[in-house]
Amino acid sequence: MLYREAGDFKTSYREDGQSFPIRFDRIAVQVTLAVALLVVPFVINDYWANAVALPFLIYAIAAIGLNILVGFCGQVSLGTGGFMAVGAYATYKLMTAFPEVSIIIHVLLAGGITAGVGVLFGLPSLRIKGFYLAVATLAAQFFLVWLFNRVPWFYNHSASGQISAPERTVLGQAVTGPNAEAWVTYLFCLLFLIFAAVVARNLTRGTMGRSWMGIRDMDIAAEIIGVNPLAAKLSAFAVSSFFIGIAGALFFAVYLGAVEVGEAFGINKSFLVLFMIIIGGLGRIAGSLMGAAFLVLLPVLLKNVLVGGLGWPTDLAAHLEFMIVGGLIVTFLVAEPHGLAQLWRVGKEKLRLWPFPH
Amino acid sequence: MSLAEQIVTDQPAEGWVTADGRQIGPVMMEMRNITLRFGGVEAIKDISFDIRQGEIRAIIGPNGAGKSSMLNVISGFYNPQEGEVWFHGQRRPRMRPYEVARQGVARTFQNIALFEGMTVLDNVMTGRLNHMKAGVFRQALWFGRAEREEIENREKVERIIDFLEIQSIRKTPVARLPYGLKKRVELARALAAEPKLLLLDEPMAGMNVEEKEDMSRFILDVNDEFGTTIALIEHDMGVVMDLSDRVVVMDYGRKIGDGTPDEVRSNQDVIDAYLGVAHD
Repeated sequence: MLYREAGDFKTSYREDGQSFPIRFDRIAVQVTLAVALLVVPFVINDYWANAVALPFLIYAIAAIGLNILVGFCGQVSLGTGGFMAVGAYATYKLMTAFPEVSIIIHVLLAGGITAGVGVLFGLPSLRIKGFYLAVATLAAQFFLVWLFNRVPWFYNHSASGQISAPERTVLGQAVTGPNAEAWVTYLFCLLFLIFAAVVARNLTRGTMGRSWMGIRDMDIAAEIIGVNPLAAKLSAFAVSSFFIGIAGALFFAVYLGAVEVGEAFGINKSFLVLFMIIIGGLGRIAGSLMGAAFLVLLPVLLKNVLVGGLGWPTDLAAHLEFMIVGGLIVTFLVAEPHGLAQLWRVGKEKLRLWPFPH
Repeated sequence: MSLAEQIVTDQPAEGWVTADGRQIGPVMMEMRNITLRFGGVEAIKDISFDIRQGEIRAIIGPNGAGKSSMLNVISGFYNPQEGEVWFHGQRRPRMRPYEVARQGVARTFQNIALFEGMTVLDNVMTGRLNHMKAGVFRQALWFGRAEREEIENREKVERIIDFLEIQSIRKTPVARLPYGLKKRVELARALAAEPKLLLLDEPMAGMNVEEKEDMSRFILDVNDEFGTTIALIEHDMGVVMDLSDRVVVMDYGRKIGDGTPDEVRSNQDVIDAYLGVAHD
């Protein structure tokens, strides 16, 4: 009954065009943000940061990025892992080459470099569509991983072939390296996620988003109305890769600390992020967050319930976990093929009328 | 000199005033000896005609006559192998469709080509694309020009939404709309671009009488209020004869008639094409 738009009149187009037109939603988002920014940092510990918070935040950024490309612009990509690797190796090279520059700049620059690489591998999209494009982006995935494995310059000729993040500080607090505290890494990633979500939302509700969606829904009509398909597709690749690069940079520098490219950024990553946006909802920013939450939090939750709560052996729980997660994915997709975000929206529409639907 | 050419050359260059008081201006777009081939098939054979400022120009003909191909040539979707397109007194070079759109040509499609995943409002706003110039960074941060433009263009779009009487569905996803409304939304999207020349490919196809009346009214109003020049393809002869100022008739890729509805109606070639000729 609280969830109402009745009486919430919009008297200007600015008000009508805002991201959360219903007052209750706005307050809910503000409260969530306040809790995430002001309460969680004080209570978070290493376990929660490493098992739940960091993977969720980082995958959410990657999912937002991929959603722009697949969900908004309709160009299927299986190169996410490769693009994350570009972000990771770009930060690594920047961090070691310019140690005095802030890591924030490095991460953003890594995003920019990934955007460039993304545009390059996006060029085939001008000619091919759908599954064929997906296969073409697969080439990016394998080529990039191979490149970072084979060319010693990328890992500074280290004997192990790994890259590891040196300690870097922001405002005197270590965000990378072994001395980084949980709340610092959490806040660092959270701020990047907020930045990604806001920018993605702004781009998708404006001119650029409409030209992307036009290309997705009916490319011929979009071109006839004045969308330059070249510019629209490549800008989607660029923006998408920018966020995926940032996610890769954070994944390496803040979350893992040291990576071996084949292991951390293999084809599995590409599929994982793609599943996140399919389960969460294509073409919805909120869907990216929900999908990332679903695939990151659910295994942790199940493990806690099965091992911690019921006392089952770890290996049995691990196998069951796969089966339950798989089952739930199928269930959710059967219930709502358009993802969790759509389920959420339908739920809210019903809630608007509750308890008097007629 | 054939009848068709005769009529074209007889018209005064500066235009004229129609019986119902509308001003027809000078030539806006001119097709000169257009020939379009698909492999060995000649879809359009050496056709010339012009479209004048402010008029409603119809292109008619039996199925497969090449009408839609002609429209696709005008909107830049096909590039003819021979012939020239002149627009506002200048020869148009080879162009991609989006470049033609930027010159002020908008169109609707025979089979509705709306963006199904977007709301009506977003669909129509897409038509304003070429009037919005904010850069990527302003858009990303939603400040200054990006926000201002969004609101200004929203106002213009709302005027078109009012005009076409689709206020109540502005936030509805297009996929949920019935056919007749989709056609109207498509017209709204084309109008939002504020085109100088509006191309309508069978705007009444598949409509019932009432919807046809509505659509005819909108077409006349668009022409009257915005002064938009309109070129349309239509099969409903009653509609064509009522709406249009001049008619081009095509058959098997050739132009067989050109002139006012009355002239075309009495043209023997046209009658033959539509009714068939007895072969003796």
